[in-house]
Amino acid sequence: MNKVAVVAYGGIKFSRDNIPIESLLLSATKNLFDQNSKLDQKDVDVVLVSTNDNSKYLSAILAELSGIEPKIAHTVESLCNSGTNAAVSAFSYISAGLAEVALVVGADRFDSPGQILQWDNSRGEYKHPIYWASIFTKAYKRKFETTNEELTYVAAKNHRNAKNNPFAFSNKSFSFDELMNSKILTNDLRMSDCSRPCSGGSAILLASENMARKFTDKPVWISGIGQKTMSAGFTKNKNISNMISTQKAAKIAFDMSHLKPDNVDFAEIHDAFTVCEFMALEDLGLVQRGKSAQYVKNLFETNNMKINPRGGLIGSGHPLGATGIAQIIEVVQQLQGTAGKRQINNPSVGLVHNMSAAATSSTVLLLKS
Amino acid sequence: MNIFETELKKGNFVIGECPKCKMVIWPPSDYCCKCFDKLNWKKSDPLGKVIEFSKKDNAYFCITEFEEKIRIIGSLRNVENEPKIGQKVKLERCSMIDNNYNFELSLV
Repeated sequence: MNKVAVVAYGGIKFSRDNIPIESLLLSATKNLFDQNSKLDQKDVDVVLVSTNDNSKYLSAILAELSGIEPKIAHTVESLCNSGTNAAVSAFSYISAGLAEVALVVGADRFDSPGQILQWDNSRGEYKHPIYWASIFTKAYKRKFETTNEELTYVAAKNHRNAKNNPFAFSNKSFSFDELMNSKILTNDLRMSDCSRPCSGGSAILLASENMARKFTDKPVWISGIGQKTMSAGFTKNKNISNMISTQKAAKIAFDMSHLKPDNVDFAEIHDAFTVCEFMALEDLGLVQRGKSAQYVKNLFETNNMKINPRGGLIGSGHPLGATGIAQIIEVVQQLQGTAGKRQINNPSVGLVHNMSAAATSSTVLLLKS
Repeated sequence: MNIFETELKKGNFVIGECPKCKMVIWPPSDYCCKCFDKLNWKKSDPLGKVIEFSKKDNAYFCITEFEEKIRIIGSLRNVENEPKIGQKVKLERCSMIDNNYNFELSLV
């Protein structure tokens, strides 16, 4: 398998603006080209778009608007982990020798149809994600005697980190009490427990070992990839206080990279809801089962940014198809030492965790400088 | 539309079982997910058990298991005391409205 690196990135600020999907994709791509003067349209063999938008032929449209005539161009959709799925597809084309350079651009609008899985009728009238999140939260609270206050530390930490992320949906400061007392959605979920749908776009450029150094002196290598799909329907989850697909994806990624959880210096975690961060930390092997509440509280109190330095989905917003790409960008910036006020001290291994539909599927990526 | 949905529209909760694999297939499908054989359909036992629940605007919603295999989320009606995990529930009513399934449950 040929080595593949992330060599460039671009993005736009997430918002609630009514922007056409094509414009979101193109703006992120323009930002990537603007930041990389050595990149020429002729270099790009592959254009992949990750989105849940219903518009068709978006990769060809993006390629045309960007002046690229790629060998391979198509859309990748997998609800909330579309972004990392597209990155894995691009990785595969390059590692198999079908391409040298791939542009992967993720985008979704605030009203993306990917927010609700209409097919999953076993949820009855309770199809909105707040219902599975409430059930996950209740089950986790029941198992580990977790309190609302402990869950609030996830939101407080991630909003605090997002203040230094220029592309975050909001850079607003929230007091702990404001988050604790935010609007009650269900008995087990408040507004502050939820990530927010928004409009956004993020772009990365992947390259083979032969081409990587044409674009950067600091390529970031994708050294581990783990993916697992357990089902599509939420009610197929046998265990509702942890995420089996994440556990399995993590094992595959760690095995491929010959790394261990102890080697991970920082992680981008898919905190669609506060409880998801607790579950993911444990299923990734980063924290002992049932100990995440104490761990996250400690991160908050010590101003430690190693988990969700860009602010996660709760702090940054969640434009579905862009999220996985934005997570990868954060890991690249951290490993290249260009994360500014969010910079973690001298990291060498970063992890991305991106999942879909109540953790029915997960992607775990391990990246190295 | 599969047999499950045809029956659901009439208010019947039926389950598909593979005659070869002797497996209940859920979510409803036309074929067995193991051998792809056609399914036999039968009326489900209306008694299930509470797996987990939460509450919105004073109304409980509950993930419930039937036949030790089928899990659905439904509304718990006429609840006096908070449900308990593992407590028996009865499927009182089911329907299909605008392509959405709807399940109404009561505590036993």
